[in-house]
Amino acid sequence: MSDLDLTRLTAVEMADRLAAGTLTSVELTQAHLDRIERLNPTLHAYLLVDGEGALATAREVDAARTAGEQLPRLAGVPVAVKDIACTQGMTTTAGSRMLEDFVPPYDATIVTRLREARMPILGKTNMDEFAMGSSTEHSAFGPTRNPWDLDRIPGGSGGGSSAAVAAYLAPLAIGSDTGGSIRQPAAVTGTVGTKPTYGAVSRYGIIALASSLDQIGPCARTVADAALLHEVLAGHDPMDSTSIDTPVPDVVTASGTTDLSGLRIGVVREIAGTDGEGFQPGVLARFEESLDALRGLGAEITEISCPHFAYAMAAYYLILPSEASSNLARYDAMRYGRRSTPEGSPSAEQVMGASRDEGFGEEVKRRIILGTYALSSGYYDAYYGQAQKVRTLIARDFEAAFEQVDVLVSPTAPTTAFRIGDKTEDPMAMYLNDIATIPANLAGVPGMSIPSGLADEDGLPVGLQILAPAMQDQRLYAVGAALEQRLRQAQGGYVIEQAPEIEVRA
Amino acid sequence: MSTLSREDVAHVAMLARIQLEDAELDRLATQLDQIVDWVSQVGEVASADVPPMSHPLPLANVTRPDEVRESLSVEQALANAPQAQDDRFAVPRILDEE
Repeated sequence: MSDLDLTRLTAVEMADRLAAGTLTSVELTQAHLDRIERLNPTLHAYLLVDGEGALATAREVDAARTAGEQLPRLAGVPVAVKDIACTQGMTTTAGSRMLEDFVPPYDATIVTRLREARMPILGKTNMDEFAMGSSTEHSAFGPTRNPWDLDRIPGGSGGGSSAAVAAYLAPLAIGSDTGGSIRQPAAVTGTVGTKPTYGAVSRYGIIALASSLDQIGPCARTVADAALLHEVLAGHDPMDSTSIDTPVPDVVTASGTTDLSGLRIGVVREIAGTDGEGFQPGVLARFEESLDALRGLGAEITEISCPHFAYAMAAYYLILPSEASSNLARYDAMRYGRRSTPEGSPSAEQVMGASRDEGFGEEVKRRIILGTYALSSGYYDAYYGQAQKVRTLIARDFEAAFEQVDVLVSPTAPTTAFRIGDKTEDPMAMYLNDIATIPANLAGVPGMSIPSGLADEDGLPVGLQILAPAMQDQRLYAVGAALEQRLRQAQGGYVIEQAPEIEVRA
Repeated sequence: MSTLSREDVAHVAMLARIQLEDAELDRLATQLDQIVDWVSQVGEVASADVPPMSHPLPLANVTRPDEVRESLSVEQALANAPQAQDDRFAVPRILDEE
């Protein structure tokens, strides 16, 4: 088998072949490393590749299997990790010059869980600096390119993870979703991405952006693959005080669902683009087709209004910068991170100012200053305080909606992938890209994006978002799996199989 | 309309310990004024009786037994320090000359 043949298997198929002994983890890992070596210079999906470490794990797994050891389901299946998760002994930059040389002395809990699941870690994926962005153009180390069209963005902030999965540089990857950074990249790369319920996956060892919004989750090419990785990641962690101590919903069983008879689905008027404004026609056409497919699976569709969702973006862009300004205050150039020393005999304060100016990119500075302003005396009540009240109203909208329906759906993003550079000068235009994904982060409910087809006007992938009540993550997988199967039958295969082969650029 | 001036932005940047170049300040001031104007709409919707929600989960204080346990070694803690001396972080002076 060529590297492409092996890398094109789903994670489920890889796990099955490894368990049956018809494939070794070394072969599988090496196939991915070969493809990374060939394509990563063009895509820039990975910031760091740890071939030696990944192969060492693969060899251990193969030896254990040969010795008859009982192994976890995904043992030997490689995985990529967004560069926001601390990896012991492996550089972790969060896409920032501030942490260019940071080598964590410990693993994030999710990395520990990947190691316990015996999954070879291929490397660290590119991202917008400190996860601030919707396009991966704000990485201090240069943008990632979308495998469907190299001149377009792969979504953000987890564009590296989504591009790696879409381009078969990894079967599975880890993302982090603060306002849509797993779901929106999944939508524009034709992959599957889940933001679990807030607190369902540990954030210990994750470089914090906005602590009340951040959530770690899986990126994959199929719903069943995402479910397997979700199962590995989720579960209580005493090291994270916001970790939920309840059993993980059975997402793997749910990912085998084929019938949705009697399921009640709500279309949220405020984020469905039904008024057409700001939504690309091809996105809306695929959304309508998905609704038809869901009806065909036995679901009942009704329109739901969540009137305060219209204020979600504004609330988010106050809450996120406020929390970010606090979290990023730790980058003071004293204990770790970049230190820039002005000439003469500067004070600690001057060193901090110079280091933070040099170490942070423009988007990060913009949000830190906005957050500092929103939290400052005299403005706190008008901005941050009001935003927290809007958050309550949005949570109430969700509660009311979930009394009427089991899940909610919308397009994941209003447009397909835009061209690199198109929105970098206009932060407001960039922010509006997350209009459909942000409400879930404010309320802490789980969400998933699955591919729903290609837009007629540009042939690029479109995502469908599914939202469920907190701790009902299995509903995402049930709806996602059934719809994925129906669309696969209608379209003659997975959406990702229609991606063009990548042309290597010098 | 918001009235976030260039001077306001310079002041807030100073509070956030970010030293901005003049050109950066000009660009950010214009963008931040637009953004603040836009986010101000949160004031239109929530009345005084709506409780603020800081977090999606009901939070309880989490503590652990006060027991000695393993932590980072001095070498590990200092491994990423920009400057270290005698097993300690070396930092610039705190007070200026005035």
